[in-house]
Amino acid sequence: MKKIKLNTQIILFLVVVALWIFLAVSSEYFLTYSNIKNIMRQMAIQGVLAVGMVMIIITAGIDLSVGSVVALVNIMLSKMLANHFSIPLAILIVLIVSTSVGLINGIVIYDFGVPAFIATLAMMTIARGTTLLISGGSNVFGLPRSIANFASSDFLGIPSLFWFLIITVIVAEIILRKTRFGKYIYALGSNPEAARLSGINLRLVTYGVYALGGFLWGVGGVLETTRLWMGVPTTGTGYELDAIAAAVLGGASLFGAEGSALGAFFGALVMITIYNGAVLLNINPFWQRIIVGIILVVIVAIDQFRKKRSKD
Amino acid sequence: MLNEYAIQLKGISKYFPGVQALKNVNFSLKFGEVKALIGENGAGKSTLIKILTGAYSADEGEIYVFNQMIEKMTPIISEKLGISAVYQNLVLAPHLTVAENIFLNKLPSKWSFVSKSSLIKKAKEVLKRLEYHEIIDPNEKVKNLSVAHQGIVAIARAISKNAKIVIFDEPTSVLTSKETEELFRIISELKKSNVSIIYISHRLEEIFEICDKAYVLKDGEFVIEKDIEDTNEDELISYMVGRKLKRNFYISKEIGKEILRVENVKNKKLKDCSLSLFEGEIVGLYGLVGSGRTELARAIFGADKIDSGKVYIGGKLKYISNTLTAINNRLSLIPEDRRNQGLALKLSVKENINLPIYRKISKLGFINSRIEKETALKYVKKLDIKTPDIYKTVQNLSGGNQQKVVIAKWLASNAKIFIMDEPTNGVDVGAKEEIYSIMNELAKNGAAILFISSYMPELMGICDRILVMNSGKIVANIPREEYDEEKILAYAIKTAKFEEVDSK
Ligand SMILES: Nc1ncnc2c1ncn2[C@@H]1O[C@H](COP(=O)(O)OP(=O)(O)OP(=O)(O)O)[C@@H](O)[C@H]1O
Ligand SMILES: [Mg+2]
Repeated sequence: MKKIKLNTQIILFLVVVALWIFLAVSSEYFLTYSNIKNIMRQMAIQGVLAVGMVMIIITAGIDLSVGSVVALVNIMLSKMLANHFSIPLAILIVLIVSTSVGLINGIVIYDFGVPAFIATLAMMTIARGTTLLISGGSNVFGLPRSIANFASSDFLGIPSLFWFLIITVIVAEIILRKTRFGKYIYALGSNPEAARLSGINLRLVTYGVYALGGFLWGVGGVLETTRLWMGVPTTGTGYELDAIAAAVLGGASLFGAEGSALGAFFGALVMITIYNGAVLLNINPFWQRIIVGIILVVIVAIDQFRKKRSKD
Repeated sequence: MLNEYAIQLKGISKYFPGVQALKNVNFSLKFGEVKALIGENGAGKSTLIKILTGAYSADEGEIYVFNQMIEKMTPIISEKLGISAVYQNLVLAPHLTVAENIFLNKLPSKWSFVSKSSLIKKAKEVLKRLEYHEIIDPNEKVKNLSVAHQGIVAIARAISKNAKIVIFDEPTSVLTSKETEELFRIISELKKSNVSIIYISHRLEEIFEICDKAYVLKDGEFVIEKDIEDTNEDELISYMVGRKLKRNFYISKEIGKEILRVENVKNKKLKDCSLSLFEGEIVGLYGLVGSGRTELARAIFGADKIDSGKVYIGGKLKYISNTLTAINNRLSLIPEDRRNQGLALKLSVKENINLPIYRKISKLGFINSRIEKETALKYVKKLDIKTPDIYKTVQNLSGGNQQKVVIAKWLASNAKIFIMDEPTNGVDVGAKEEIYSIMNELAKNGAAILFISSYMPELMGICDRILVMNSGKIVANIPREEYDEEKILAYAIKTAKFEEVDSK
């Protein structure tokens, strides 16, 4: 009586394959080495953000401050680099800042009891406001050449940026599957009271997961800076929604306790493939968002239907 | 006779991934009949009634209600036909009021505005039939009620619809003796007005009290149907379990030194509680709903705050302000409400069992997955948890098997002081026997157990002494030689003030 079990990742993988075949047939440029590298570069940032988001969503939380924190990091880093800070030091500083922002989210959510949606919505506007204040609303130029070079560099034939995503996904998968912290994340998302009665320190888990998110928004901001080669105070707008969409495409449930880093990776891949394909096929860029929205609803609906079927 | 049957189920089969929950089952119910549906945990009882109410759809088989074949049963159709059910895991809306819950799908309304005064009035009437109109406030939010009172609300909802067929899936597992009595009164009233009833319970003596027939399922298959007059508990147990059970569980143990002392603990629900537990002791804690039993358990375990009082463990004063400290002091709490407090339903059997011990079985944050797996397998075997494998999410297990997972979780934690709040809630007779013998084994090895239960026979069966709580106080400490059901009950319900008792 064994049927092949279609899990979310496999469905998503099939969707990606179908999209790739379709695009390969429609555009001869699609499957070229340079376009694939292009996809990887585009995907790196979004993927890293999606992985951070999925961990938060597994706790039944949400973080809307992603895009603003990316912008904050972008502006701070650009300012420092334009003023000839040492590159490692500047990166260390912005990562500390972004991690602290995440930690503050965790504190506001756990200790003040503010719902995650509201707490991070507030942080979203605070971080954006700070970004605009620091930059005076204008772009920051004068970053060293090496920054831009890094964005276009390869390592072992794969774009350097993409390596960050690979490492992030592997580390996150290990955390979620193999560590105590990972189990606590799922337990918190499934039933906080049962987790508390099992002796789990929910405060630390909440702090940890939002701080980890903040750290990854920082990584995303650093990568974004290398790609832009300047500071743009309005960058990152809507990144949180892309991250949420990728996580949910990858099987995460906003009710918590479901989702994986690998799923978020494939979710991001689907979205980037659509964006990239739309450009190649000369589709009006405004259509891209509509298509992504439709695919999001369809895939999640299929997934829900499948889950319901397997239940009764 | 064509019209004799209210319900006929013919050849019902149902498959879930990994289990054949029902195999070609026939079941019928006459008008005005009260039929017990019994069997071990995971036998398929809840699945059968969910198929009848349309909550699940059968893979095969036919459903006849009032001699009319129903092609595709849905919850809406079954409701219209006059079938109503009290499900095993009470399906209530916690944020709505009692009155709103009772009339959830037929709120009295004028032009779709709910008329609040008539709602309250009607709710009062229904509660009055259960004699709870003065105890449960229809305006109270359901989440603020005790589990037993939530049970009453679920029952009130089922009888409010003037249904012709009422199904009770383990209603008494959350009730105490008082509520149980009211339930039985209602059931006999319903029977008199020709309502048909399906009654599921793991407490066989209840079945002999109120049922006409007993229908036995085992591993998804029909075993036998018996007239209650023609059978007895032992016979039914052997049909259900396939073996005979012990009757007497008590063993005398060597009592060691004091391991837990609670002194003058007070909080909102507790008025000055003191007690002691000794190594090797199983101490019962009896009390009505609202007497503060659960609150006392939670306070000792650090799950709720205490305003004043002291807790000594092994003679040393400890400040147990959170559950982690409690666990580190080798305390454990099996909470009363498995779905809301005991389990992370979306996680697997393996993860739930290991949840309190991940700290112990990991190094530098990395879990030793070999120990994790072995622990889970060991307790699944020990408690005979019916699951296709240890990776299944617990929400797909039957109620009793979920309860066994909660117990397994705390057995695995290597505690020395066990506080068990209704641990046998919903588990079958065979598994109960297993749990009692595990408790005895723990005590023999020097653990102390505080055993909270509303079910006096099991307390009297296994405990060395019984404490009785009443209105937030411990009012009696009764040694085994003086057990007397009437007396214990009297302590539990008396409203008069008691002089302080020495519960040591
Ligand atoms: N939604 C589901 N998904 C998968 N398996 C299920 C589901 N519901 C029930 N089962 C399985 O079907 C079997 C029968 O379950 P059911 O709940 O009917 O048992 P039960 O007789 O009511 O037991 P209990 O006395 O413990 O309540 C069990 O093995 C259970 O694991
Ligand atoms: Mg059941």
